[in-house]
Amino acid sequence: MAASASNIQPDDGVLIEMYRRMLLIRKSEEQLFRDVKLGRTPGQVHLSDGQEAVAIGICSLLEDRDQITSTHRGHGHYLAKGCDVNAMFAEIYGKAEGICRGMGGSMHVADYSKGIVGANGIVGAGLGIATGAGLANQLEGEGRVAACFFGDGAANQGSLMECLNISSLWRLPVLFVCENNGYSEFSPSGTVTSGVISDRAKPFGIPVWNIDGNDVVDVWRTALEAVDHCRSGAGPAFVEARTYRYSGHFSAEAMVLSTPYRSDEEIEAWRARDPVARTRALIIGREAANDAECERMELEADAHVEGAVAFGEAGTAPCPGTANRLMRAGS
Amino acid sequence: MPRMRFIQAINQALAEEMERDPRTILIGEDVEASIFGDTRGLLDRFGADRVRNTPISEQALTGISAGAAACGCRVIPHMMFSNFIYTGFDAIANQMAKLRLMSGGQITLPITVIANYGGGRSTAAQHSDTPFSLLTNLAGVEVVVPSTPDNAKGLMKAAIRSDNPTFFLEPGGRGGDAGDVPIGDCVTPLGEARVMREGSDLSLITMGSMTRMTLLAAKRLETELGVSAEVLDLQSLVPLDTTAILASVGRTGRAIVVDESRDACSVASHVAAILADKGFDHLKAPVQRITVPDTAMPYAPSAELPLLPSAERIVSAAKALFPVTAK
Repeated sequence: MAASASNIQPDDGVLIEMYRRMLLIRKSEEQLFRDVKLGRTPGQVHLSDGQEAVAIGICSLLEDRDQITSTHRGHGHYLAKGCDVNAMFAEIYGKAEGICRGMGGSMHVADYSKGIVGANGIVGAGLGIATGAGLANQLEGEGRVAACFFGDGAANQGSLMECLNISSLWRLPVLFVCENNGYSEFSPSGTVTSGVISDRAKPFGIPVWNIDGNDVVDVWRTALEAVDHCRSGAGPAFVEARTYRYSGHFSAEAMVLSTPYRSDEEIEAWRARDPVARTRALIIGREAANDAECERMELEADAHVEGAVAFGEAGTAPCPGTANRLMRAGS
Repeated sequence: MPRMRFIQAINQALAEEMERDPRTILIGEDVEASIFGDTRGLLDRFGADRVRNTPISEQALTGISAGAAACGCRVIPHMMFSNFIYTGFDAIANQMAKLRLMSGGQITLPITVIANYGGGRSTAAQHSDTPFSLLTNLAGVEVVVPSTPDNAKGLMKAAIRSDNPTFFLEPGGRGGDAGDVPIGDCVTPLGEARVMREGSDLSLITMGSMTRMTLLAAKRLETELGVSAEVLDLQSLVPLDTTAILASVGRTGRAIVVDESRDACSVASHVAAILADKGFDHLKAPVQRITVPDTAMPYAPSAELPLLPSAERIVSAAKALFPVTAK
């Protein structure tokens, strides 16, 4: 399937809710980029600015009980799954009040109670974990779905083949979501990847959707079908969403690169297809909300982020012995 | 107590624990056919949902284990040979060992990884490794090594009930060893060594496949040198029973550590370091290590067998510790 076969549209309420959440991701990450420069974060961040529609479109069709595996570029997945923005900022600031008590940081923000089975700094590691979550779901028999977010870089890990094979063989409820942003860290996909990534799922008999990841309606509509496929017990599904990240691989890349690895023209071309702006235009066009109301939604997102910064800043440094105690249960 | 073989004791522990907790599942290469016999009959008893063959896909096997465990299953992945741990190592070293810390303690990972380890059977370099160093250094996993049928059952039960990833390393070629095994719930606590033989002159500290020959060596030391050797079976490498190690050497003043690992960063060298740090005042002689030289296992018996620790090497090392009494 090149895209969703249907032309079903989200109703105004769903569209506005997706817009609000996309705004929260965008504003959070803009703030985090400033925070890195201000020295508020002990480590670096990998931003997903420009990719918001994929996380939001997919997670809008997931329930709290459904799981996802996230990546090093995971702030958007975390917020799309409905996790607390305050606890995310505190985590990235390295505070004990963080969602992972300051032990994980930006690459690993995950609220397991909301179904995030880890945000992984090892590219492709979520594939096996999501397949395992799918196995647990199948054994439980309650129709839970596990969605695995991974990038075009991770698609070149051999474990993708292993997990496609097993999940199809066992008919596991796993939704593979490839966020193809065109770059494996600093290498253009075309220099390290042959063929079409989603084609890799086809020989396993897995249904495939290849979509515009910057169109939240397209992602939402695809997720409607793909999540339903998984939930029905028919086995895994595979979505490749073409998208782009504006900020690069990580926040300090300008300091380590001697020459840019992508052009300003390319970045501007993608900004012209910005998923947040497109969603706003759609809302206005549909008259689901007017300019003033959209403006208010932006201010609300700003306020959430402002509150999260204050919460994070007021947090406390974890005690030096924390890691020792947390390594193993019962210690 | 009924007498049974090592592999039957493991099989019984698996069956009893799968009976005890219906969320417990067993997955791995050929767990249905069971080439070692440890998982034999479990498919018939517990069904294809809970006992599943996996493809030869170790990255997926270990990754799936981490994911299923994080989502409420108690997972027993069978890696077959310990060398195959290497092919599935990301999900062991980067996931199982670290997810709990990275999550700030939000989750537990009840996983029992089974693997058969050790050389001496001409299985050549890629089916003979003893991966103690690699695993004990991860910090986020527990490691147990049974030595007799009774602790094979007890350690397997403890491993499965643990809420942490735990490696249960089966000594290769020892499946046929027979011994008395308690009926029902005999759980060997993790982190406790056991004294297999008492002695007053020398501590022989060992584990797993090495205990049998170490006991033989202790008998020879008694008859040949008049040396009374204590044999301490570590049972559990992580957590390590440092208290028992120091107590034994406190009684004897001398230690030889017998370990099938390659020497560099082995359990033996770690125990020697602990004794140097915390047992220095007890020591009447330097700690000796009987290990495998830093060499991969060759195929030909004439080249392989001399690399492995042996009763002969233990006795020789002991003689050097008792120059006056040695005849």
